[in-house]
Amino acid sequence: MVKQLSWKVGGQQGEGIESTGEIFSIALNRLGYYLYGYRHFSSRIKGGHTNNKIRVSTTQTRSVSDDLDILVAFDQETIDVNYKELHEKGIIIADSKFDPKKPEDTNALMFSVPFTQLATDLGTSLMKNMVAVGATCAVLNLDIQVFEEVVQEIFGRKGQAVVDKNMEAIKAGYDFTKEQLNTDTGLMELDQADGKKRMFMIGNDAIALGALAAGSRFMAAYPITPASEIMEYLIKKLPELGGTVIQTEDEIAAATMAIGANYAGVRAFTASAGPGLSLKMESIGLSGMTETPLVVIDTQRGGPSTGLPTKQEQSDLMAMIYGTHGEIPKIVMAPSTVQEAFYDTAEAFNLAEEYQCPVILLSDLQLSLGKQTVEPLEFDKVEIRRGKLQSDLPEIENKEYFKRYELTNDGISPRVIPGMKHGIHHVTGVEHDESGKPSESAANRNSQMDKRFRKIENIKFDMPVYKNAPHEEADLLLVGFNSTRGAIEEAMERIEADGIKVNHAHIRLIHPFPTDDLLPLVQSAKKVVVVENNATGQLANIIKMNVGFANKIVKYNKYDGNPFLPHEIHTKCKELF
Amino acid sequence: MATFKDFRNSVKPNWCPGCGDFSVQAAIQRAAASIGLEPEGLAVVSGIGCSGRISGYINSYGFHGIHGRSLPIAQGVKMANKDLTVIASGGDGDGFAIGMGHTIHAIRRNINITYIVMDNQIYGLTKGQTSPRSATGFKTKSTPEGSIEQAISPMEMALTAGATFVAQSFSTDLKDLTALIEQGIQHEGFSLINVFSPCVTYNKINTYDWFKENLTKLKDVEGYDSSNREQAMQTLMKHDGLVTGLIYQDTQRKSYQDLLSGYSDKPLSEADLKLDQAYFDKLVEEFM
Ligand SMILES: Cc1ncc(C[n+]2csc(CCOP(=O)(O)OP(=O)(O)O)c2C)c(N)n1
Ligand code: SF4
Repeated sequence: MVKQLSWKVGGQQGEGIESTGEIFSIALNRLGYYLYGYRHFSSRIKGGHTNNKIRVSTTQTRSVSDDLDILVAFDQETIDVNYKELHEKGIIIADSKFDPKKPEDTNALMFSVPFTQLATDLGTSLMKNMVAVGATCAVLNLDIQVFEEVVQEIFGRKGQAVVDKNMEAIKAGYDFTKEQLNTDTGLMELDQADGKKRMFMIGNDAIALGALAAGSRFMAAYPITPASEIMEYLIKKLPELGGTVIQTEDEIAAATMAIGANYAGVRAFTASAGPGLSLKMESIGLSGMTETPLVVIDTQRGGPSTGLPTKQEQSDLMAMIYGTHGEIPKIVMAPSTVQEAFYDTAEAFNLAEEYQCPVILLSDLQLSLGKQTVEPLEFDKVEIRRGKLQSDLPEIENKEYFKRYELTNDGISPRVIPGMKHGIHHVTGVEHDESGKPSESAANRNSQMDKRFRKIENIKFDMPVYKNAPHEEADLLLVGFNSTRGAIEEAMERIEADGIKVNHAHIRLIHPFPTDDLLPLVQSAKKVVVVENNATGQLANIIKMNVGFANKIVKYNKYDGNPFLPHEIHTKCKELF
Repeated sequence: MATFKDFRNSVKPNWCPGCGDFSVQAAIQRAAASIGLEPEGLAVVSGIGCSGRISGYINSYGFHGIHGRSLPIAQGVKMANKDLTVIASGGDGDGFAIGMGHTIHAIRRNINITYIVMDNQIYGLTKGQTSPRSATGFKTKSTPEGSIEQAISPMEMALTAGATFVAQSFSTDLKDLTALIEQGIQHEGFSLINVFSPCVTYNKINTYDWFKENLTKLKDVEGYDSSNREQAMQTLMKHDGLVTGLIYQDTQRKSYQDLLSGYSDKPLSEADLKLDQAYFDKLVEEFM
């Protein structure tokens, strides 16, 4: 019996690799296992190697696993590209159709199972993925009945006959493989899971759900990997709530439309990735200057330019903080788990309205698209706070404008929305006075600039740094942001086991930087390793700039498009001691 | 009921004396009053340029955005609160150069707003460079030997993009312009009104006199039928686009918001933000 294992299915894009992984993981999630799925895919629709690696565990995992237990291959390329990940006792289950060849330098077992043939015999080769699922069941010694419910849900609307056929395909794969196994070789049984039903979702689902929970009823967006799922989910849900998504002509329209809607009182937002964010920069500046709330999601991917559009990277950090011209108050936040993506997205709408400024929520491809089991989301924890949004206004003498940009102690001025009587004022990206009228006077410039920056001086943000710091004095502090959390957590256990005292800090508020929160951890550590998926060490540089201790800080970067694996971080840290 | 004076504020426009934009401002104020709007029910969104300042000169909610983006901002405002009257406005550079992408798509999308372009065939604010509306051969600071590009024909372009309301006017024809703005606002869908609004400082060719000489009023074109798209196109081609009046209106096609499935009857800005717990639970269940 094992507590966890990892399974990968691979083949040509467009061959049903996706659905094989989906069916397998949904069924296991329902049994109460914690799953973590990460897809490797290319920027094309048909053809090209694709795979889906799914980790199954009896406890929460948030990282791609170091190695592989089972590899299901629909073509030779899948074996050749992935077999090195298989550990000593790993298993390859391959379609007999392509006459699979096991590379010489592996001890893994290989079973050739006629996925395509068995499926064709049952009516259509399309069911070969079901045969593969059945073959996996045999190896895991899983009762194929666990798939019944999922198959019913997926194919139910096509009629019972289709459901039955698919179940037969699973059974055929199961029976064929079972016969090839003998009791000691090839069996890989998982410990029993707790049977609890939990959500299984990607980060983008959680972001979309967070937006709904926060009361967002309008989204304007332009499709891009890895952000599109957010708009695709909401276009299904928002009409149920009276709202909608507009697919705009470009990202500039998306950002400015969201600004217009926020100005008019709706919690609107937009989501994109690096290239789109570059186009939105002038608009984000407009939101900052006009103090119009705006939530922008940036799901980072491999840059620059089109870069590695379907691969993991965390290289937009500096651009998100400093990308706009001129200087504006801005909040940049970075959730690190799917749960956090939900709560933080909801909170982003509160912050945008409370501080009347743009809020950029950073995600990355691994967090946005990695599919994981999620502990229950507590809806009661989602607050709706609208800051200084006014409802009833007293009449103003002499038909003067409402002081929308009134100089206040905290820098935050009362906000009104069009339609409100006695609230008329002007909004402009030109420097303006308290009522929004353009003004170039030096004194006014200073007071309005200072007022805008005063807003976020004392920003209230729940847990700006996630800390797991068991040691008062540590040999090592590991720092990261967004999706690297899982790999760092796993590496940390192993580093501890080597006798090195290690603390972990994950930065959740990137800007304004939570210097006071991080400082004690940096101070009390001998070395600080900043783990990030970019080439230049952007977070490390931000820490040096804000916290100091440059001589302690070690950059650990990976920018080949792939997520960090726990063993890589472990090895890197061991080398330092 | 509000009069046009209620749409005036205390800000003194910084336009050059004689600039065509003054009349456009007056026409918007008159039209708003004459169709019974209240200042707080009107939002004027504008782009950047001399003309873009207009949102600051009208006593209504005003949003002066960024260059070329008045339309998406205005559409966002209207999506958020469909009870507001929303006017987008700006120059020909704003709408037909940097913002052209938005113009075409706003036309196609047909959200119920009115777009007023102050077309002076030149860049005013940046002190006299060529615009996509400048005629071939037109000499400016950026085209010292005369423009060698073809000028855009915005009205024909609008017709091809599927516009449901296309009109053109001349800023001195205050009465006609006011009437067209009223019609535009009342049109259920996107209305585009291009206004020849001379720049007296930088455009010495397309002057008031030049327009008086060259414009043809559609009222004077015998048998002109503004519901006939084909005739509209032919007339525009015949007069090289230099016509004024209602060029085309389609009263059949529904606006974006009317066609949108599920879209709330109540303005979105008034929606209850808190989801129902049962609805949230249903969403959660779908991921299990
Ligand atoms: C992104 C950007 N690019 C350039 C400018 C500079 N700019 C301001 S207005 C303008 C063009 C003005 O011409 P038009 O839109 O025709 O308006 P007009 O001043 O003639 O009314 C330009 C190029 C700017 N503000 N923003
Ligand atoms: S420069 Fe031209 S467009 Fe600008 S205000 Fe003067 S006359 Fe009007």
